[in-house]
This record gives sequence, structure tokens and C-alpha cells, in this order.
Amino acid sequence: MSTATRSLPRTIGAHAILLTYTAIALFPVILVIMNSFKSRAGIFGAPLTPPTPKTFDLIGYTTVIGQGDFIHYFQNSLVVTVASLFFVLLFGAMAAFALSEYRFRGNTMMGLYLALGIMIPIRLGTVAILQLMVASGLVNTLTALILVYTAQGLPLAVFILSEFMKQVSDDLKNAGRIDGLSEYTIFFRLVLPLVRPSMATVAVFTMIPIWNDLWFPLILAPSEETKTVTLGAQLFLGQFVTNWNAILAALSLAIMPVLILYVIFSRQLIRGITSGAVK
Amino acid sequence: MGSLKIENVKKAFGPVEVLKGINLEVTDGEFVVFVGPSGCGKSTLLRVIAGLEDSTSGRVLIDGEDVSVTPPAKRGIAMVFQTYALYPHLTVKNNMGLGLKQAGTPAPEIDRRIGIASSMLSLEPYLERRPAELSGGQRQRVAIGRAVVREPKLFLFDEPLSNLDAALRVNTRLEIAQLHRRLKATMIYVTHDQVEAMTLADKIVVLNAGRIEQIGGPMELYNAPANEFVAGFIGSPKMNFIDGARLGETAKTIGVRPEHLTVDPKSGAWKGTVVHAEHLGADTNLYLDCEKAGLITVRIFGVYDAEPGATLYATPDPAKTYRFGADGKTLK
Repeated sequence: MSTATRSLPRTIGAHAILLTYTAIALFPVILVIMNSFKSRAGIFGAPLTPPTPKTFDLIGYTTVIGQGDFIHYFQNSLVVTVASLFFVLLFGAMAAFALSEYRFRGNTMMGLYLALGIMIPIRLGTVAILQLMVASGLVNTLTALILVYTAQGLPLAVFILSEFMKQVSDDLKNAGRIDGLSEYTIFFRLVLPLVRPSMATVAVFTMIPIWNDLWFPLILAPSEETKTVTLGAQLFLGQFVTNWNAILAALSLAIMPVLILYVIFSRQLIRGITSGAVK
Repeated sequence: MGSLKIENVKKAFGPVEVLKGINLEVTDGEFVVFVGPSGCGKSTLLRVIAGLEDSTSGRVLIDGEDVSVTPPAKRGIAMVFQTYALYPHLTVKNNMGLGLKQAGTPAPEIDRRIGIASSMLSLEPYLERRPAELSGGQRQRVAIGRAVVREPKLFLFDEPLSNLDAALRVNTRLEIAQLHRRLKATMIYVTHDQVEAMTLADKIVVLNAGRIEQIGGPMELYNAPANEFVAGFIGSPKMNFIDGARLGETAKTIGVRPEHLTVDPKSGAWKGTVVHAEHLGADTNLYLDCEKAGLITVRIFGVYDAEPGATLYATPDPAKTYRFGADGKTLK
């Protein structure tokens, strides 16, 4: 079927480029997952081949589950990520609502100030953050990580969400005010559902760096009790001997939760926004 | 009950003064239309009455009670918006009932009022639907229904017909007029469409650049405009304005409505050439380029054959010619 906007060579060309990119992007992930099911000799002998009956080995997974407290590390990672995500979305959306909805002195300056964090990496403040956590007795707690990650995620969240909130119809909010809804009800019941796709975008952007982070867990919460998955996987990285089976297995497992969360949010991204409110 | 008094209301956004001292009185049961060009402050004035904007100074009184610091929900008003502004997550029934529910009205009473409003607006078949499942006209009827169930002292309409197509606009206009007759409620209606203003209003308030230009009944504004702005704004096609000096008049500007001009192919006051003719069936609009008067519009009732390029003489009706002074005010 040939139409005015499509031609076969162009379609093939576009798909070829996209498929190549997909292959390049997925290659490391597939390599990790593939090799996690192989024996040590299999990994080093033929790293690029899928596991054969000869090289198939679950030693990596048994090591990970047997050694250390991996379930616990997972739990820590999950608690930190979900809690940070919750606070980033809650506070970010509230700040964005205030910035986009209310006229007050210094509104623009406040918006710029809140967005400043996008340009300045939070890791520059590591020493100060560590001193702060020591002083407040939060070292080696998940709370420390949640606080830091919330701070880290907020600037981008405020920036993106305030742009989207400006697009929510004023009439709708005013209708709520006339019907006697409180500002909180207007925010939670009318505005938030309409910006849900942008919330999902922010959630994905916020979640992945938090889950993958090694820096702050290593500095702020390295204790056995509070280790996250990425930090836990370091257990198998030795100065002289590295247990590649275990590392690959740990990394493969670590992909799973983030993948599940991503699927949940991307469904929100795709789902049509609640239309019919205006126009 | 449902009177409104606005005393010297001013509103500024930063250095920009949008309302420059508005004084207005609306008596119970009146249908008042605010009309004016874009940016004249008519919507802002409505928002100040609703309590959605605070006035910079001045007072708003509803039923003699100063509501300047009363939140919108407590003012006894209901508002219909241009974009309908229905709650997307609620059914038609809950959309209409939410305001009453918030005010703590008992459920049977809410149901009774929704029943009355939905039969009035023929919305019964749609009560369980969500806004997304309704057409534009139905959505606007739900928005009107949401206002009706509140039994407010004041109905506020913010350009409610602007998003509807032409045919629906006429129907909905008719429905609003009937609603007003049936409820005998005080209604304030904002529009930039002078046809809506003329057809609906008991009283029209013409606004321009944050000031009231004139207040009066539709025919009063049409027959006795206070100044050049009102004369030009009310009436379609627009009134012709001719430089007084060119006609040898003492007044700065002479105004003649297109329908108060007659044309003749042989003789008349102003000789001109037909530039363009619009044939609408019921009437014909001719654009004439006159030697003395410049480009003018003439509206002739019925069909009139005139080819572009033809020579015609236009004659104004002297009894219906307006004279405006240098300050734009009508000279008696």
C-alpha cells in the first residue's frame, strides 16, 4: 500500500536505523543477562554466545541468594526508590502548582531558584551533606538516602511539572472554587489527574538514577543493614578476584524491579489523559 | 433576591490597570450583558464579581451585603465557563451535585434539584455519563445545569457560547433566554458578540479599556449611543464614520448606520463607485467608495443588483445621522 506520505524505501530505511539503535542499546543488557546463566569458564571462553547445555550454570544466582543478604538489599533499594519517588512527585507537584497557579512576589525568582538544581550536580555537596548527616545522626539510615534523593529529584520535577500545570484549564480550577472545593482538593482531584502523563515522565526520570546510584549509599549508608543492591553487588568485586557469575546475576536481578516500575509508569504515559474536561 | 452593586471597583495586574473604576447596579431578575472588545476588562469584572480575582479597590455588594472578602463558594453565585470546565472524573449527575454536596445539602434535596435541572435542560438520558462521552452542546448544558442546581442569587456566564458552532450557538442562546424567563433569576453574561448582547439582554453594559462607555437597553444603545465607540460597537455591519470636515459639518465625525443609507443610480448626496457587493438574500451589503465620504457600507433590505464598478449615489437619512464631537461624545 503506497500513500502520499509513505514510500517503501523510506519505511525500510527508518526501520533499519531504529532496529540498529535498539540492538546497540539492548546489547549490553542482553550480554549481562545471557552471561549470568553461564559458568565461569563459559563467560570467559565465549562471552558472546548464549548459554549452551554445556556452559549453562546457575552458580551466579545461587551465590547471590546464598551469600550476603541480597533480599534485604533489594528491600532497601526498593524502599529508598519508592519513598524518594513519592516525595519528589508530591512536593514537586505541589511546588509546581503553587508556581503556576498563584501570583505572588518573587514567583519567577522562586521558580528559577528551584530549577537551579538541574544545573548543579548534587554530588558537589557530598562533603557538606555527609557532615549534615553526621551532625543529625542520620548516617547509615535509609532516611538519609531518601532525603538526599528527594532533594536531587525535585528541581527537574518542579521544572517539568510547572510547565504542564500551566496548561491545565483555569476555568476548571475556578469551577472547583465556585463549588467550594478547597485548594488541596482542586490540586489532588482536578489538577493531578490531568497532569498524570507528565507525572509518569518525571517518575521515570527520577527513579532510574536513584535505583542505579552507588555514590550516596557508599558514603552515607554503607552499613550491612542499609546496603542497597548496587552497593551489595560490590561485595563480589574484589581487588584480586572478581566473582563475575555473582555480579552478573546480581545485576540481572537488579534490572527487574526497575523494569516493573518502568512498565507501570509507561502505561500511564500511554493511557490517554482524561479528556472531555475542556473543549 | 439577587441584586448586585459594584462601587468604584479597580483592578490592576502589576502596573497594568485593567479596570479603572467601575460603578454598576443590577436589580433583581435582570439579564445584564457585559460586552466589549478583547481585553476591555469584561471577563476580569466578572471574575471580580465571582470572587475569583480580588479587586485592587472598591466594593462588590450582593443583596446589599459586602462580599469583597467572601470566598466564591459563599457568595451565592454560580458560573458557567467558556470551556465548560466540567470535572472529568465525575458523571454528569455528580458534576451537577458537587457544589451542593460541598455545602452540606442533604442527598434527597440534591437529587430533587438535579431532577428539576436535568428535565429543564433535557439531560436525563445522560446523567450517568462522563463529560468525555458528551458532545459540546451537551457539555455546555451540563455546565448550565450545574449552575441551576445551586439556585444562586446570581448567574454568571463567561462567554458560554464561544466554543459552540454557529447552529448550536443559536439554540443554546434560546435556551439561556428561556431559562432566564423561567427562573426569573439575575444573570450576568459576558460576551464579545454584540448579537448575543442585543438578543439576550435587558441591559447592556458596554466596556472599553477598563471603563464603562454606556449602560442601557439594547434599543437605547442602538438608537442613542452615548459616544463614537458605542455607536461603532453596536450594530452590524458597523456604523460608517465620516470625517465632518469633508462634509462641511461642524462636528468632528458624522456617523450613519449602513441600514440608514439609501442608494439610487441617478442622484443622491454622495456619489460613489461600488467596490464590492455581498448578497445575503435577506439583505445586500454594498461597499461604496464615495468621493465625499470615503469608503462606506450600505445595507439594503432584499436583493439589489449592483456590479462592482457601477456608479451609485448614497443618501443618508438625516433623522438617523449621528454627530460626534472631538472628544468622541455624541452631540445632541
